[in-house]
Amino acid sequence: MIDKKEVEHIAKLAKLDLKESEIKKFQKDISEILDYFNLLKQVDTNNVKPLFYPVEYSVDSMREDKENSQTLETINRIIESAPERKERYVKVKKIL
Amino acid sequence: MNLCELTILQAHKGLKNKEFSSVELTQAFLNRIKKQDKKISSFITITDKQALLQAEKIDKDISANKDISVLAGIPMAVKDNILVNGIKTTCASKILENYIAPYNATCIDKLNKLGAVILGKTNLDEFAMGASTENSAFFTTKNPKDLSRVAGGSSGGSAAAVADNLCVYALGSDTGGSIRQPASFCGVVGLKPTYGTVSRYGLVAFASSLDQIGPITKNVEDAKIVFDVIKGKDNLDSTSVDIKIENSKFEMKNLKIGIPKEYFIGGMDKEVENIIRQGIAKFKKMGIVIKEISLPHTKYVVPTYYIICTSEASSNLARYDGIKYGLFKKGKNLIDVYLGTRGQGFGDEVKRRIMLGTYTLSSGYYDAYYLKAQKVRALIKQDFDKAFEQVDVILTPTAPTPSFKIGEKINNPLEMYLADIFTSSVNLVGLPAISINAGFANSLPVGMQIIGKPFQENQILEISKSFES
Repeated sequence: MIDKKEVEHIAKLAKLDLKESEIKKFQKDISEILDYFNLLKQVDTNNVKPLFYPVEYSVDSMREDKENSQTLETINRIIESAPERKERYVKVKKIL
Repeated sequence: MNLCELTILQAHKGLKNKEFSSVELTQAFLNRIKKQDKKISSFITITDKQALLQAEKIDKDISANKDISVLAGIPMAVKDNILVNGIKTTCASKILENYIAPYNATCIDKLNKLGAVILGKTNLDEFAMGASTENSAFFTTKNPKDLSRVAGGSSGGSAAAVADNLCVYALGSDTGGSIRQPASFCGVVGLKPTYGTVSRYGLVAFASSLDQIGPITKNVEDAKIVFDVIKGKDNLDSTSVDIKIENSKFEMKNLKIGIPKEYFIGGMDKEVENIIRQGIAKFKKMGIVIKEISLPHTKYVVPTYYIICTSEASSNLARYDGIKYGLFKKGKNLIDVYLGTRGQGFGDEVKRRIMLGTYTLSSGYYDAYYLKAQKVRALIKQDFDKAFEQVDVILTPTAPTPSFKIGEKINNPLEMYLADIFTSSVNLVGLPAISINAGFANSLPVGMQIIGKPFQENQILEISKSFES
């Protein structure tokens, strides 16, 4: 059973604000699921290369570093999606 | 003729022969949605004005005797994690409740170019995380065959809409079975294409090495029609590839179907097993060779899938921070904005998966979980590679049970995860797979899954079509 401190640590890493009741519930759920994940310990993966993508990419998918403009309509929609903004700037809290 | 019961080809014929107009067809669906959807709850947003405008355009082309595509004027529904320009895309989450898509997903662009009519956006498990649509932040979609049961997930809204004739066809997305399992539960056809064949541009990402968009339809022929339109390499998705259609005219009688023995060891509903075995017998009668195969790493599929998809999800969902779009909760400083926004915007299952993925990727655990899972994934792929040396396609049940009661599994996340036991291996390896209806267990649909070799959608579609007839 992972302890409460670890759950709080994970929540902090994931930037999730959890209520006390949530921490208790997730502690139980996550412990159970992590136990289940430990099933993989049974598999011998010596000398096995990890498979990060299901398809072998032999194609060069790089493109030229050139600007690809969006329509003004799209740009406006994107800017207007920002909850806090000033004119055409997205506002964020200061970090320095 | 009930317009809402038509397939794509039937509707296309009707439009071309001027038996009815696209506006009439669209209005028939809008009327039916108004009447029925309060029972089913498959739609989050209904785009009636836009749908009728799209239909009018096509009617003009038809009156002018212009050539129209087979999908022109045909009403469809789109899962609400696929962006449709100018329309809300919520992912069934409070964190995107009022988010308006600023552009079209590539598959939507393709369909629009051919004159598709979009009726609305369908319900899903929040951020596509779930197997029942009960994780939607808004409401649960009911199974049209039994309103006390789930429509399956995560594309439950799309599957229910097709099953209840609320649209001719729909788009869903599949990361561990999210097109195939709801198709199985609702008695319709669901196709998950080979990874890379359909662009993911405009699909809200859940797990980037697993996600694919695919059609949910009334029959196999319709699935092929939609797949042929939405497939293709897209410069906006660097994981997309072009399928080399080898025009392989294969002979059905030369095909070999593999039955994985590990999939039939307990844990499956007796009724489901009977129906699948009857399906196998039907193929035998057609003269197709049935061979028992082994997929030795089967019992490791679900933990492998859940380690990988939650890890990728923890990364993909980091973008929901209250700054660029979506829900915003005020805070004294930046961290508080993040904590409050995400704490209140995400549902339980999403939080659970983000935390699991954060843990498995974190320092000290990355090797034991994430890296280990990616290695086991390689072994699971080897299992399939070896099997495909002996057989052409693999046949399995789509899900271990028919649709379950609403509320039955929601309090046991692990039990819910096991619903993906037959479908998630397919996503890990990137194979194409289709679910078709194989029968009914106490009036509840039971789906059969046919898995093909990479890029062999044509084969699995042909085999499914012959089973259907």
